[in-house]
This record gives sequence, structure tokens and C-alpha cells, in this order.
Amino acid sequence: MTRALPLIRRRLVGSIFVLLIVVIGTFLLLEAAPGDAVDAYIVSTGGDAGMIELLRHQWGLDQSELTRLANYLWALLHLDLGQSVTFSRPIRDVILERLPTTLLLMVSATALSFGLGSALGIYAGARPGSFRDRFLSVGSLALYAVPGFWLGLVLIVIFAVDLRWLPIGGIESLASDKTGLARAADIAVHLVLPVSALGFIYLALYLRMMRAGMAEAWRQDFVLAARARGLSRRRIVLAHVARNALLPLVTMLGLQSAQMLGGSVVIESVFAVPGLGRLAQEAVASRDTPLLLGIILTSAVLVIAINLAVDIAYAFLDPRVGASEAGA
Amino acid sequence: MSDISRRTLLSGSALLLASTAMPTLGWAQTPKKGGRLVLAADSEPRNLNPAIVASNGVFFISSKIVETLAEASFDGKDGLEPRLALSWEGAADGLSVTFKLRDGVKWHDGKPFTSADVAFSALQIWKPLQNLGRTVFKDLSAVDTPDDLTAVFKFAKPTPFQLIRNALPALSSVVPKHIYEVGKIEENPANNAPIGTGPFKFGEYKAGQYYKLTRNADYWGKDEPYLDEIIYQVLPDRTSAAAALEAEEIQLAAFSAVPLADLDRISKVPGLKVISKGYEGLTYQLVVEINHRRKELADVKVRQAIAHAIDKDFVVKTVFLGYAATATGPVPKNDPQFYTADVPTYAFDVAKGNALLDEAGYAKADDGKRFALKLLPAPYFNETKQFGDYLRQALAAIGIDAEIVNNDSPAHIKAVYTDHAFDLAVGPPVFRGDPAISTTILVQSGVPDGVPFSNQGGYKNAALDALIAKASETLDTTARTDLYKQFQKEVAADLPLINVAEWSFISVARETVGNIANNPRWAVSNWADTYLAG
Repeated sequence: MTRALPLIRRRLVGSIFVLLIVVIGTFLLLEAAPGDAVDAYIVSTGGDAGMIELLRHQWGLDQSELTRLANYLWALLHLDLGQSVTFSRPIRDVILERLPTTLLLMVSATALSFGLGSALGIYAGARPGSFRDRFLSVGSLALYAVPGFWLGLVLIVIFAVDLRWLPIGGIESLASDKTGLARAADIAVHLVLPVSALGFIYLALYLRMMRAGMAEAWRQDFVLAARARGLSRRRIVLAHVARNALLPLVTMLGLQSAQMLGGSVVIESVFAVPGLGRLAQEAVASRDTPLLLGIILTSAVLVIAINLAVDIAYAFLDPRVGASEAGA
Repeated sequence: MSDISRRTLLSGSALLLASTAMPTLGWAQTPKKGGRLVLAADSEPRNLNPAIVASNGVFFISSKIVETLAEASFDGKDGLEPRLALSWEGAADGLSVTFKLRDGVKWHDGKPFTSADVAFSALQIWKPLQNLGRTVFKDLSAVDTPDDLTAVFKFAKPTPFQLIRNALPALSSVVPKHIYEVGKIEENPANNAPIGTGPFKFGEYKAGQYYKLTRNADYWGKDEPYLDEIIYQVLPDRTSAAAALEAEEIQLAAFSAVPLADLDRISKVPGLKVISKGYEGLTYQLVVEINHRRKELADVKVRQAIAHAIDKDFVVKTVFLGYAATATGPVPKNDPQFYTADVPTYAFDVAKGNALLDEAGYAKADDGKRFALKLLPAPYFNETKQFGDYLRQALAAIGIDAEIVNNDSPAHIKAVYTDHAFDLAVGPPVFRGDPAISTTILVQSGVPDGVPFSNQGGYKNAALDALIAKASETLDTTARTDLYKQFQKEVAADLPLINVAEWSFISVARETVGNIANNPRWAVSNWADTYLAG
């Protein structure tokens, strides 16, 4: 563990700058978008000049951009994410309410795409050029090419509308009094379709990477050596070829976490899952700048943490990496 | 056209489709008690207090919890039926209106409802804070409460009783004084968990998931409400409402949550009915907004040419799939009080449009184009966007080259109503039962910049302004109505904007849902008599 410590320290310092850039960049981008939170609000209400002025004042939108950015950063320094304009509640509460749902969705979808993807990749890569290899490659590519919302809708039509095996959306049954295991089972049932829709898209990536990595590993000397030692094909595939091909996948896992967050925006809308992705979309539509900043900040912290975890895992999986990182 | 019942006009064109559901519409059955109604909601309003925010999105949920003084009605006198008020009487001088209130009504927390609550709501909320009330109740100076069941509204300037009456269904939500008199009204927790007198109590809100309303056992209506619970399931994706209906996860999708294009298919699903009634009091108008600062558009001949270039029947048939009516002017055909068909009309006539533009001095260049325009279709409805595409083609036929600029909602609001960065825009203003509430402002001059759904096109017509001012202070109902008929004529003649069509919403429900669409604002009424059969 000690060899990972300098890495963590260095990453944390770097992260602060990354987060600062993320916050300021997002703020400026949102300010560049025409219309503010009041413009978004009056779409559904209308209102006279006096009411609009009052709202701009109440929501602090009559201050200059610079003042608002400075106020935001100052509050952030005190770990205060501020107040959401659209929810009239502290942003921390709004985000914490949604975060577990998105994490659950992401972790499940990642587990599905990584687990099934790498397993199928091993299966395909064990016999490169075979029928099953080609079938899986083409099939997974087809899935990768499908837009997420479309896959989601098709799954809904088949499994929720026609077969009625699964609910069409939501994270759990509405206003039910389920608790404990019954509630967990209820949530699991609701997650099947969104997790599949999100997971299957990225499955191809892991499958193809695993397969490519294995094709590469087959040509290595240590595989030849393993063969020469008379090991069984099964043992060669799992212990030598697959293990070496797994490393790049772990890197991918970190990179992919950011993509997953993006994908969850679409999937959460299609399946009416009350998560961060949908919240982000609503925040943009309602020009709730502080809320969107809070969400992006949370996502950035999440992605940084996952990548850090990946790097640490790397250090354990491949001793060479840890050594060079620590020495650098 | 005028011999057709105005009420059924909107639904008339949809008759063919709705006919499959006809047998159940006329179901004479005693309402059944109990049950949970689950329906789709596409938005989550930040404030659920209908006294502050008088909008359909808020009413859709809160009108079951917080009641108004009167509700719209198909057969009641002046199109109203009593709710918290039993009667309303305007003084001849236009300086006061007396409301007699319902006896024995209790707030959801058990406290009695009295005239003090009405006075508080009117003076502290409707007049200073409410989006629509700030206009209609601007001259309200006091509310006298001689006893617990009488509220007398006093106006500083003569105010037409007809206007107050027409405003009652949307603008008169009464909230409890004892809850709101402490602290800032805008920050009261009851804004997110309303307390009212209605048939349902606010139960629970899970952000992004659902709202739950539960039966108010102490409701004043005899045997009402029938339902035990109403659950609004938040379904942000428009395609999911149809799927949820088919999967029997929800029993009702109101406010056209099911897109028009899906209605044909869904009307054939056994057990589901498509209903185009129950929104007569919530008419949206498809309007071409015009920036009169553009010199070409300041010429009435150019505006008339554009009006002639639009095939309104085609728009109704193609964009609205028949679920709309063509418009003649700024008051919709289905309005029972003010509408007049006696206005200048513009038949679809491309040749005439071209001739008018030639006359105006905008000859076609060699490429067949006269001049170019920026066209901003409002993004709030599919139909406004689709009409934008149609309008671009229609304008091409008379040699006007329109470039479509697409924005999201806040950007559109800012571009059109604050920055005036448009030549033509497509907007969906709402007709709210009286032209003085939100219609005359569309053409009247002197509105400050930034006010949405108002004249931001720089149009100025002194005669029309004078007519609007006169109507706003005319007390006699007949005289006032005539002035608004005059108003429609002048608008149709001078075309400060072009009214193309009028439409409202469609509900899709399971056949077991009873007493649907039985008043002109059904989706935003209190649902005390709604029930689930079987």
C-alpha cells in the first residue's frame, strides 16, 4: 500500500486544479447560453415586468456574472454548493438524493458490460477467427452502433409493454410500503431494463478490447513457454493469455466511467429513473446554473476517484507500473 | 361555422377517432368508491401554490388540493359553477364584488375556512404575487369581511364584473391565512406541500418519481371524493406515457402526454379511450408573431401576403392531425362569450400573396426571392416546431426566404421577448376566457421589454390601444363584449400578428376511469367526482 501513497497525494493536488477548471469552464459555458433561470421559469407562467424583476432579484440573477462566480467559489471553499433555483432547496440535498440511484445504475451497468464483455471476449479470443469469434464481434458492434435511447425504447416495448415481465420505468414501485429485502428486490426488478440498455452499449468495447488483447498475447513468448511446458489449453487461456489481456481493460474501466455518466442522462430520461443524469438535463433546461455546477462537480469528483482507484488497482495487478510511478 | 356548437368544435374534427370510445363516454353508471388513480406527469413544478403560480402545470396537481371560488362549467350560468363561493354579485358602479361563501368547509388541518382566508389570499397573494392576478386584480384595494361567509372585494377603479367572473376559475385559488400569515409567503413550506380545502390532501412528493394525493375524508362535497388516492408518476420522456398506458401501469395521460402521432395507434388498443373534450377552457392559439421593426413587415400588405400564404386547413390536418380548429382572429372560435366570425379573413391564395408583395414594392429577384427573414418557432410544443417548418415552405411560395432558428425554451424567450432578435416567431399564447387576461397584451403597445407572451414586436396602433383601454373600463357586459368584437375585427384587419389555428389537449385513459372531461377545465379541476369502475 505504501507505494501507492505518493501517487494518491500527487493526484489529489492535481485534482484541485482539474475541479477548478471544471467549475469555471462550466460556469462560463452556461453564462454563454442565452436565457437565464427566470426566462426558463416564465415559459410556463408568463408574468409582467414587475414580477420578472422581482424573481431576478430573489434568485440573485440581477448581480453581475463575476460577482456570482466569485460568490459561488467562495461558498464552495466552505464546501457549500448553494441553493437550487428550481428546487428552492440546498443543492447538496438535491444531489445526495439522486446520487445513490445513479451510482447503482452505473455500477450495475459497468459490472454487466465489463463482466459479460470480458467473459465473451475471452470466449471469442480463445479461438481467434472461429465462427463464434466473428459472430460475437459483429453482434457486439451492432449493439455499440445502436443509440442508447432507441435500445431503451425497444426493450420497453418488448419486455414491459408486450410481455409485461418488467416495469416500464422508475426505480421502484410507486408509493409502496416495501422495506428491506422486498424493497431491494423491487429495485432490482426495476433496474433490469435500464442497466441492460446502458450496459449493452459498452459491452462491445470490453469484448473487442479483450479479444484484441488476447490475440496479441497469443503471440507472446510466455504463451509459447506455457505450451512447451505442456499446460492445458484452458489453463493457458485463463491464467496466461486472458490475465495479460485484462490490464488495458482496467484502464478502460476508468475512462469509461465518465462516458457512463453521460449515457445515464439519456437512459435515466427514457426509463424515468430519478438520477443525476436526468437532474443534469433538467438543470440545463431550467438554466439552474448552481445546480448544474454542483452536479458536474460531483461527477468530476466521481470520475477522478474512479480513475485513482483504477491506477491503484493497476499498481497491484502489474507490479511494474507501481514501481515506475513511485519512482517518478 | 357558427351553427356548430362552439363547445364541440375542437373535438368535432377528432370525432372519427374518438368514436371508438363513444360507448364508454356516455356510460351512465353510479360512481364506485375507492381505488388509486395513477397518471402521467411530465413536469415537476418548483412551486405548487396555485395562488402564486396560476399555470396549468401547477393546477394539474394542486387543483385537487387547493380550490378556487368558482370553477368553469359546461352548463352553469356564465359558464361557472360554485366551489368555495356559492354566489357572486358585482355592483353597478364596478367598484365592488360580493362573494357569499360556502358554509362548513374545513382546511386540511381541521381549521374552518372563512372570509378572512379569501381576503388574505386576494390581497396578499393574488394581487401582489400571482402571475395573472397582478394584472386582473391590480385595482383591488380592500376586501371587507362583514361576516365569516361574506367577502366584499373593493376596487379603486371601476373594474368590469365580467372580467372578474371570467378570471375566477384560474385566478382565485384560496390558501389558508393561518398558514401563510407567518414569514415570507414565497418561502412558506406549504408552497411545496399545499394545504387546501379540496377533495384530496397532499400526501407525498418523491422528486423525479411521483406525487401522492390522498382522500380528504372531511370534504364538503357529499360522498366525494370517490378515489382514495391519486398518484402522478413523473414520466419525462414523451414516448413513455403511451407505453405506460399500454402496459397498464398508468390509467390516464392528460395534457397530450401521448403525442398526436401515437393517438391513432393507441385508440385501437382495447381498454383505452382517446378523449378530446375537457380542455375547452384551456385553448392555445397558434400565432405568427411579427417584428414590426423590420421595414418589410411594418407594411400591412406584406403581413396580408403572409396570411394568404398560409393554408390553415392544411396546418390543422397535417400538423395537428385534425385535433385543432382554424383561427380567424385573436379570440378562439370555442369561446362562448366573445368570439365573432365577422372579421376580415385571408383565404389560402398564393397568387394573391405574390400580387400583394409586388404591390408593396418587393419584386422577386432573379432567384425568385424577394427578401430574407429570420423565423423562430417556439420549442414548447412539437406542433409549434412543425408549423415553423411548414411556414418556411409557405413563405418560399411567395418569395420570402425564411431561415429557421431553433432554440430551447429559455433561449427562445430571451431572443423573442427581450432581445427582439427575430423577424417572425411562432408562439402559442393561451386564451384564458377573457381577452383582458392575456390576449390584448399581445398587440397593445407600451409593454416593457422582457415580458413574455406580449407585444414585443414593436407594433403600435393608437386606435387599437384606445379600443383596448376603453374595453378595460367598460362595465356593461354587452357593451364590453361588443368592444372586444370590434377588437377582433381590427386585429384581423391590421394583422399585428397572424392567428393560424386553435388547439387544446387530448387525454388518453383506461375505460375504467369515469367522469372524465365533464367540465371545460377538467384536467385542472378538482376531480372530486372522478372514479375508477371495475
